[in-house]
Amino acid sequence: MSTATPSRTIRIGTGAGYSGDRIEPAVQLVEQGALDYLVFECLAERTIALAQQARRRDASLGYDPLLEARWRAVLPLAAKRGVRIVTNMGAANPLAAARKTLELARALGIDTLRIAAVTGDDVLDVVQAGDYRFEESGEPVAAFKNRIVAANAYLGAQPIVDALQAGADVVLTGRVADPALFLAPLVHAFGWSMDDWDRLGQGTVVGHLLECAGQITGGYFADPGIKDVPNLARLGFPIGEVGEDGSVVITKVPHAGGCVTEATCKEQLLYEIHDPKRYLQPDVVADFSRVTIKQRGADTVAVTGGRGTPRPGTLKTSVAYVDGFIGEGQISYGGSGALARARLALDIVRDRLALRGIAVRELRCDLIGVDSLYGSARAANQPEPYEVRVRVAARCDSIEEAVQIGNEVETLYTNGPAGGGGATKSVREVIAVQSVLLPREAITPSIEIFGK
Amino acid sequence: MKLRELAHGRTGDKGDTLNVSVICFDARVYPHLLRHLTVEHVKSHLQGVVRGEVRRYELPAIGALNFVLEHALGGGVTRSLALDAHGKSLSAALLDIDIEPPV
Repeated sequence: MSTATPSRTIRIGTGAGYSGDRIEPAVQLVEQGALDYLVFECLAERTIALAQQARRRDASLGYDPLLEARWRAVLPLAAKRGVRIVTNMGAANPLAAARKTLELARALGIDTLRIAAVTGDDVLDVVQAGDYRFEESGEPVAAFKNRIVAANAYLGAQPIVDALQAGADVVLTGRVADPALFLAPLVHAFGWSMDDWDRLGQGTVVGHLLECAGQITGGYFADPGIKDVPNLARLGFPIGEVGEDGSVVITKVPHAGGCVTEATCKEQLLYEIHDPKRYLQPDVVADFSRVTIKQRGADTVAVTGGRGTPRPGTLKTSVAYVDGFIGEGQISYGGSGALARARLALDIVRDRLALRGIAVRELRCDLIGVDSLYGSARAANQPEPYEVRVRVAARCDSIEEAVQIGNEVETLYTNGPAGGGGATKSVREVIAVQSVLLPREAITPSIEIFGK
Repeated sequence: MKLRELAHGRTGDKGDTLNVSVICFDARVYPHLLRHLTVEHVKSHLQGVVRGEVRRYELPAIGALNFVLEHALGGGVTRSLALDAHGKSLSAALLDIDIEPPV
């Protein structure tokens, strides 16, 4: 594998849209996608905090738990075909991920691989030393000092571009803006300037469309009778064929499941977007408002018209902190009168928590099948369900109190209404995330090369 | 008629704020939705679910509206007690809204 030479178009595939995503579609892309690049986006808002906790327990961990499985599945053929890989599977420990990748590559008989780790997103020290307030709540970060688990800034494309210029075949990052994972290969391959705002804006459109993998090829789209999608069990992941001006054709491997239509592309274009004229990224403020989407053939859709304005002066930084425990219990009631018995069950649990003086900071009582998604106002005037699942969830300061929530639901078996069944209970530690804006100067990304 | 006969959409979450896209199956219906699918109509339909402001962005180039719903997630996905902490199911509730049939 070698540094890409500029060409008229490059083909970028998405190998994962979240950390637990299916693996076979990535293999299919490497085998049949004629790819130049394969990108795995695996780092949700809270994932990095969980990875940070894993790293504290074992300094050689803290990267994506599926890294090894993914590499075993795709690395040999990707190396053979010269498909370069960019991924945020480095999570809380890109250096350890790079070392592990090198070790695996050698074990798989690939001895020519050049691997880059991108670091500098971990700004825990900066955040703890500074005087910052959370954007969401306005609270001073200092008030959370002992509870903070991780602080990671959203880096832009530049360090990935540097790694690709240095000839990396695999680039492992921690926190990077998701679209930047895709923007970087475009900047590298086409030599775009980092102040060519319109190209960076359209490149962000490309990244945004591709970053959720199957969500643009018919995943998360089907609504039987209204929006039918073929063969979701074998959903293919997307390929973006991108021109030098950033215009992109979204497609998939022929015969893979799913579909690429104007409708699937439009849903993904607006996914997690607020003001479409101002989508804030580390490298650009992207403008999606004049994007056009046109079907060119079966599973072939052209997307163009993204623009941009100069990048913001600050970088969004996610700060994760422990925020107590959530205890939860569930139990089901069925048949005629199910709703009344379920309501009685909730009353009993509320009374029990009060009687026993169990301290809850926040309590939520749901009737699954009735009001758990949209609340009681929208549930009014709906026909009575034939089965109902009671759910009680509470936020508590201690694990001991949180355990009691599920216990009080479980004791409904022998102490509650007739015919309750299928009780379950759980407790989890809450890792909450808020953000701060850091000045660019506070953050210094760097790359380290491993292997050849 | 129900909005879902005229449009489709998807929910996305960022912090305690949701967005729900409403995309016309047929772009010719866009002016009709622009007139009838107002912020007030959406706000009253989602009463009790969305506690904060509702904003509407227009995307005529793709025949879509984007609704941004504040304080819809009980503190955001990372700490919400809700069963659907991401609020992902909200698009289906919005598409259930009654709307004037286009002529």
